[in-house]
Amino acid sequence: MAAGNFEKYKSDGSLAGNALEWLDARFPATSMWKGHLSEYYAPKNFNFWYFFGSLALLVLVIQIVTGIFLVMHYKPDAALNANGVPIAFASVEYIMRDVPGGWLIRYMHSTGASAFFIVVYLHMFRGLIYGSYRKPRELTWLFGVGIFLVLMGEAFFGYLLPWGQMSFWGAQVIVNLFGAIPVIGNDLSIIIRGDFVVGDATLNRFFSFHVIAFPLVLLGLVAAHVLALHETGSNNPDGVEIKANKDENGIPRDGIPFHPYYTVKDIVGVVVFLMVFSAVMFFAPEGGGYFLETPNFYPADPLKTPPHIAPVWYFTPYYSILRAMVWNFFGLDAKFWGVVAMGASVVIFALLPWLDRSPVKSIRYRGPITKVMITIFVICFFILGYLGTLSPSPMGEIISQICTVFYFGFFLGMPWWSRMDKFKPVPDRVTMHK
Amino acid sequence: MKKFLIALLFAPIMAFASGAAVHLDKWPGSVSDKAALQNGAKLFVNYCLNCHGASYMRYKNLMDLGLTEQQVKDNLMFTSDKIGGLMAVAARSDEQKLWFGATPPDLTIIARARGEAGNAGAGADWLYTYLRSFYRDPNRPTGWNNVVFENVGMPHVLYGLQGQQVRNHETHKLELAVPGQLPPAEFDKAVSDLVGFMVWMGEPQQEFRRKLGFFVLAFLGLLFVVAYALKKEYWKDIH
Repeated sequence: MAAGNFEKYKSDGSLAGNALEWLDARFPATSMWKGHLSEYYAPKNFNFWYFFGSLALLVLVIQIVTGIFLVMHYKPDAALNANGVPIAFASVEYIMRDVPGGWLIRYMHSTGASAFFIVVYLHMFRGLIYGSYRKPRELTWLFGVGIFLVLMGEAFFGYLLPWGQMSFWGAQVIVNLFGAIPVIGNDLSIIIRGDFVVGDATLNRFFSFHVIAFPLVLLGLVAAHVLALHETGSNNPDGVEIKANKDENGIPRDGIPFHPYYTVKDIVGVVVFLMVFSAVMFFAPEGGGYFLETPNFYPADPLKTPPHIAPVWYFTPYYSILRAMVWNFFGLDAKFWGVVAMGASVVIFALLPWLDRSPVKSIRYRGPITKVMITIFVICFFILGYLGTLSPSPMGEIISQICTVFYFGFFLGMPWWSRMDKFKPVPDRVTMHK
Repeated sequence: MKKFLIALLFAPIMAFASGAAVHLDKWPGSVSDKAALQNGAKLFVNYCLNCHGASYMRYKNLMDLGLTEQQVKDNLMFTSDKIGGLMAVAARSDEQKLWFGATPPDLTIIARARGEAGNAGAGADWLYTYLRSFYRDPNRPTGWNNVVFENVGMPHVLYGLQGQQVRNHETHKLELAVPGQLPPAEFDKAVSDLVGFMVWMGEPQQEFRRKLGFFVLAFLGLLFVVAYALKKEYWKDIH
């Protein structure tokens, strides 16, 4: 239900009532409140998988607030200080040691980065198994893919800022990839770096992108994502359109107001999430060396290449796909095709609404083919992710090539396999599982 | 079906195994042993700080080890006269590069940097093994080599305490040829204290972090009970 279709607030004569009436006459306060919360009807059968949208919003807020405080003390400067340490690197340790509570803020931000990808991956997986991207929610999905892309950029830029060895060499490797693009490649990578190597110019522009440009775009896309969702209404684990069955007041019979029902439910999810988040942050802030990679405790040294450069865990599946491409095609270098495959492996999610030809949305009413395909896809995603953390090896290369074929086969074969399955009849109303 | 798919999910991940190159001895110490940390600080300042900096660390933070300002000033401050000063190194890095072939790394967070993915404690084990694995090697400019870090530029700074080890070319094991001031067990304890100090210095508030973590989790546990009861109450009519 779009905002603006609600009656304006009428004061009961009290001071607060008068103030609200004054406000509501000039600003869509009650209509926004009702349209998006108290009279936004969400299906009553949301399950575990439906926590991750609101959790992603929570993590976004955590990252923005902690980021504001980090910027107060962080210095994007690659020059060496009196002790021969890059100022940027030393400023992070200054935050960790000398800024009151700085270590907590910094761990929240670094743990938050990994948490963001965990909840977003789970949120995307929900969309995949319940067909949430299907008509009429294609645009919500596309905004979501946009959020994912911007988030990847945001994470990539942010990872350079501590100016550790892995920050430096990771950025060096990724920016060099653009050099593989024919004709414009070399100039493009120089434009991105602002220099011939990753240096102070790169650090400063990545800082600017990380704290201003990308967060702005991210917030805009998140707003568009939620607005588009509230226009069509949410999907649910049964894939049933609740708007198809309304009562005499025009309210979906299977819908319940988002507030208070889902606000109180999401609070439970938030508390459980915060427990997991705190367990990592307080007892294993390095995330076993995967959230904060240990080589990043050495300051960036342009003259010393680490023996093994691995991206942070959330990029490793795509990094494996990049490394899986070892053949030159059409006179173009394998590296170029690696970049193309890596880009395609991310962007291909945007095509899902049109690749899926199944007559039903939810996995609950789809047959074994869908279940097996999704399972293989997830296995391949995990294997690719794991291989991306390791040094290249002949065995790893073959396995990653097989997984890359399955990865793309899942998407490109979907128009066929999604139709071939055996389907169960979809009920008219949503079902409740206890 | 479901169980089979879940088993399938984890099977390939378990198929990969990785092995370490050099065997590392487990660091036997603990960062909660204040006396050991104080001894480690003394060893660090006397043996390490001449060439290596600890330049993210302030002298005044040494008071967290249970020392008074005067004790720190009298016993541990050689490179600065300001208690709030950084534990910087006096030697110039370009000269050191000429002497050793490489600038000695800053040691403030070395225990964290030497960790491994999947094993956060590996940094302490590495340092504990490394500092006890120097041996005489006439082919090296310093006269010293190391089993854990082959052809390392650093000489054996603690040889006065440990004595001189040689490497047996048949067994590849290290043997004590010339004894030092400390018997082997006491030397191991001293190195353990020194490593403990470096682990502590990597994150001086780590004990407080863990303590705070328990309170936060306990609070969230209580909040969960309230939040869950609230949800149950609101949802009791939804079927």
